[in-house]
Amino acid sequence: MSPASRPLRTRIGEAIEQSLFRRTDPMPPPRSSGAVTLRADGIAVTRGGRPVLEDVSVDVRIGEVLVLVGPNGAGKSTLLAALSGDQDVHSGTVHLDDRTLGDWTALEMAQRRAVLPQQNTVGFSFTARQVITMGRSPWARTPRSDDDAAAIAEAMRICDVVAFADRPFTALSGGERARVALARVLAQRTETILLDEPTAALDLGHQETVMRLARSRAEQGTAVVVVLHDLALAAAYADRIVVLEQGRVAADGPPADVLSEDLLTRVYGHPVEVIEHPVTGATLVLPRRDQR
Amino acid sequence: MTVEDLRAPGKPSSRTRTGAVLGGLLIALVVAAVFSACIGQVPTGPGEVLGSILHRIGLDLGPMPAHPSGEVTLWEVRFPRVVLAILVGAALGCAGALLQGVFANPLAEPGVIGVSAGAAVGASAAIVVGGAFAAGWTVAAAAFVAGLITTVAVYVLARHEGRTEVVTLVLTGVAVNAFAGGLIAFFTFVASPAARDQIVFWQLGSLNGATWNAVAVVAPMTVAGIAATMMIAGKLDLLSLGESAARHLGLDVERLRQIAVLIVALLVSSSVAFTGIILFVGLVVPHLMRIAVGPGHRALIPASALCGSLVLLLADLGARSLVANADLPLGMLTALVGGPFFFWLLRRTRASQGGWA
Repeated sequence: MSPASRPLRTRIGEAIEQSLFRRTDPMPPPRSSGAVTLRADGIAVTRGGRPVLEDVSVDVRIGEVLVLVGPNGAGKSTLLAALSGDQDVHSGTVHLDDRTLGDWTALEMAQRRAVLPQQNTVGFSFTARQVITMGRSPWARTPRSDDDAAAIAEAMRICDVVAFADRPFTALSGGERARVALARVLAQRTETILLDEPTAALDLGHQETVMRLARSRAEQGTAVVVVLHDLALAAAYADRIVVLEQGRVAADGPPADVLSEDLLTRVYGHPVEVIEHPVTGATLVLPRRDQR
Repeated sequence: MTVEDLRAPGKPSSRTRTGAVLGGLLIALVVAAVFSACIGQVPTGPGEVLGSILHRIGLDLGPMPAHPSGEVTLWEVRFPRVVLAILVGAALGCAGALLQGVFANPLAEPGVIGVSAGAAVGASAAIVVGGAFAAGWTVAAAAFVAGLITTVAVYVLARHEGRTEVVTLVLTGVAVNAFAGGLIAFFTFVASPAARDQIVFWQLGSLNGATWNAVAVVAPMTVAGIAATMMIAGKLDLLSLGESAARHLGLDVERLRQIAVLIVALLVSSSVAFTGIILFVGLVVPHLMRIAVGPGHRALIPASALCGSLVLLLADLGARSLVANADLPLGMLTALVGGPFFFWLLRRTRASQGGWA
């Protein structure tokens, strides 16, 4: 149908909708693999007078799964919080798409990066589906809200939450909640996603699913940052690993370079052995245990 | 797309259900309002009440009140009281739903952050300074101003490095409530016996002094407050994920909180000013409505406002008619009924929905 053949009222209505309720797409076209979306430059964070991060620099690139590891208190979650804008840095800068975090509004940041917190709670008895739908709210009144239904359906399918989509979030088990929260983050469909210990509450099968998902997202043109405790999981799925030690970067590189027995033994304060799987050749990281 | 659009296929539409609940509440409210206007020392029937209203707006339909002072009683005493009950109830219900949404905490209540107590301090001060003859208007204005100041003060005290933690805010409210309690006790202590009575009764809450003038003051503030709440209703849903998650989704949490606190102060101060302290409506009503229409605020806010109106109207009806020739304190009644009812609600919600996280 040509524009002129439609009733005038329809056309006026659409024009009003376009101008009033539809902003133009706020996002630039997607960039190619290797482009830096998030960059921390010599950042330092102190909390209660104690340095938590010192002179940390990290690049987050499209097409890459970047895994942050380190012992408790090394600053993994703080670094993630600094990258997401939750944590103010005392020196250094964090850039998101070539602007410092302070120059973006909360909404503009939400259209560029999604964050999965370590703890996921919901104040009222919203259903899992409603929670996942909230992930689309940064795109309200933009052309991308047309993708809402598709994004939600896809996120629910790949996170395996369809079976309990209409139960209240508060009535779900820990593992189910974690998957719903992840689905919400994926439904946001941002160029960068930051996941703080997404596998912590999950069984072995779902851990693998989540990390495979992170991988496939990265391959489809997303920059993924994951905080992990499980070094074997990190070895299997990371493109790059950043090892944090007492608030500083102890190593930054591909798993094969970073996961050395000497480094891990020093950082974790416990003897660690790195071996090859006898059949697949995959890297295995194991704490040394005395023979019983 | 809104949350409501995403109902599960095959389930009854949540929108239809919301519509049914809102419609039912509206009908119940009208019936209760007419019934409430019938009750009192001058006997009037529902037909006479409707007839009197229709005659006023220029339609010669229905009977006029048969009793010689019926028309005057209706228009000077009962109608302002009914309208004020509807307004104050709506304001309290809406303020309760808004506060609970903003704190993402179902136990928040205007009383919790100290608005009611602050307003009571203002009213007590006005009564003591003005003596037993302090005009209702002076008391109302003092209550309003003090309520507003308290709300802002609580909020400012609870802020730290540009952020407000919910727990800090609630605990600050606790401290302010205690301090306000001390001030009220002081004013009660220094007041003359007559003023003391007035302070005590103001705190018990009543729609006794309802006039059209009071309605004219409360109405615009209530309407404005509810309209403003409706405008931020969608954003309140995001806050249920917690502050940082809401921020990650693009919400300016701090600004939303500021707006919400101002709206709450406006709603509660204006309603408390003429009626005194009425407890539990702001706490119980949103809970009840969450069961009926779900937690989404676009439906919850109007439902809570309507239900608040209905509850207060019925409570006032009880206050006027439970004991012959006596006007029971309204706040006493809402607390006596609301308290146990809230216990039951808590247990029921815990059992059926697994609690609130």
